[in-house]
Amino acid sequence: MGMRNQPEQAEQLAIRLAPSPGARARRALAASVLIMRGNPNVIIGVVILAAILLMTAFSPIIVRSDYTQTTTDLRLPPSSEHWFGTDAFGRDVFDRVIAGSRVSLYVGFAVTVVSVVLGLVIALFAGYFRFLDHILMRFVDGLLAFPTILLALALIALLGGSVNNVIIALSVTGTASKVRLVRGQVLSLREEQFVEAARAIGAPVWRILFLHIAPNTFGIVMVQATFTLATAILAEASLSFLGAGVPEFIPTWGNIVATGKGYVQVAFWISFFPGVFLTATVLAVVLIGDALRDYLDPRLKGQFLSE
Amino acid sequence: MWRYTLIRIASSIPVILVVGVITFSIIHIAPGDPAAIIGGDEATVEDLERIRQELGTDQPIHIQFIRWVGRLARGDLGTSIFSKQSITTLMAPRLQPTLSLGVQVIVLSTLLGISIGVISAWKAGAPIDRAFMFFAVLGFSAPGFWLAFILIWVFAVNFGWFPALGYRPIGEGILPHLHSMFLPVAVNSILSSAFISRITRSAMLDVLREDYVRTARAKGLRELVVYMRHAFRPASIPVVTVIGASLASLATGFVVTESIFAIPGLGRMLIEAIIRRDFPIIQAMMMVVATGYVLVNLFIDIIYAYLDPRIRY
Repeated sequence: MGMRNQPEQAEQLAIRLAPSPGARARRALAASVLIMRGNPNVIIGVVILAAILLMTAFSPIIVRSDYTQTTTDLRLPPSSEHWFGTDAFGRDVFDRVIAGSRVSLYVGFAVTVVSVVLGLVIALFAGYFRFLDHILMRFVDGLLAFPTILLALALIALLGGSVNNVIIALSVTGTASKVRLVRGQVLSLREEQFVEAARAIGAPVWRILFLHIAPNTFGIVMVQATFTLATAILAEASLSFLGAGVPEFIPTWGNIVATGKGYVQVAFWISFFPGVFLTATVLAVVLIGDALRDYLDPRLKGQFLSE
Repeated sequence: MWRYTLIRIASSIPVILVVGVITFSIIHIAPGDPAAIIGGDEATVEDLERIRQELGTDQPIHIQFIRWVGRLARGDLGTSIFSKQSITTLMAPRLQPTLSLGVQVIVLSTLLGISIGVISAWKAGAPIDRAFMFFAVLGFSAPGFWLAFILIWVFAVNFGWFPALGYRPIGEGILPHLHSMFLPVAVNSILSSAFISRITRSAMLDVLREDYVRTARAKGLRELVVYMRHAFRPASIPVVTVIGASLASLATGFVVTESIFAIPGLGRMLIEAIIRRDFPIIQAMMMVVATGYVLVNLFIDIIYAYLDPRIRY
């Protein structure tokens, strides 16, 4: 019995040795200062993203008109009444952009969370159990040979265009790229001494995977998650713009741009403003991701991550 | 060298096989009868029967797969459900616009991206570097369809320099062709060169820290020679990998720009097929694009092994 309790005791000792919540907060603060010093652009990113998240959270208060209702005020230019003008159906573009931010951000974050969680779990098992690894990685290689948009378009043609189907379609590639990334980390981590030590004291596999290996991949996963968020927001917008994503009656930044497609000459504001929000959001996320990566691995400074 | 080439070729075969399995099974993963999904709500019983025969879904699944692979091996990409023509025949006239767009974008974005990256690395930290890198992040963040919209608004509507619509084939003369392709090429080149310039900059900065670069400077070589001969050559290796890998993201750009600028290429053919749920065309596109992607990356890897003798198994 005494032998069996040893891993538990060792873990408890480790937990006791872990920093207190206060020390953890101080360390997080110190890290934030370091991140900002290393890459001051992150401040721009955080400010833009915070503004857009706040705006999205308060969108029911900000939106004043019924943006689904068509009116006779067709294609009015921006004014104090309609900040971003009105579209070809007389709907207020500002209200549609604010309402659209909810769906655009929801899809982006949902794809990111699904891809990171699924990708992490699959990669942990694949990297640890080598017999799974070979088959799974060939499958991942195959999936990643398709451009994201092509696979997503095919899946949406199959499943039909809706918010949930867009999330599913984009999570497929997202998960595959996370699996490839994390698996590489797991392969090198499983040879580390602390994993060997955990195995030696008889810790069960799930404990090694989720408590010893997984936490050590969080840094690179966080950086990659910001990249996934940026590409998912862009991909949803492209799909909805092409008419193969979120249907037109649910406004998203992508399909609002599409509604102004035919009016470049007479009403540029319909497509212009949603695009500004889209670009600003992605820019903010990329700037934050850049700063995180510079902090975690200064050698990679200035590089883009790629799927 | 031969060993590496052979192993590398052998390792892409399972990937292409997986690509085939994914492409084949895409119409089988949704619950229900594939014919009913393709036919839509208005399909009659006869329509469904015809689609089933077209797809061969009246056969057991492994027979379907073997037949499908056999047809692909003979270069037969199948038959369109909508127009009932062979897909290779439908694709042939669509090839020229997309290839022309692709070649122009790759050449232009490589030249632009590498020049910007090298200048940024040379002036690292200076205002010009900051400005370039800011635009590189912006170019990465802007969606292609919106950038296309802005360029149309500025250059087609306000200045009237370039047409927003109206593709002109190479047959009508090279200059009218390039003129009609200017805006779509510009959109995609801005997006890709943003990517390439960042990779070039960081690869250059990495190499510039190496000892042999210090030696080259110490023996009194001019900066230009140090940059171009000693630093750029090794730095170009990661850059070329990125250009190979970015071919996949070019596909997104092409689908979007061909649909905006009404270019009758493969990207637009795909969108039309998606709208009509013409699955044989969608599957043919998936197969061609993904196999192409695997082969291009295989080719790049083998070229490397020739250029850099350190790369071996």
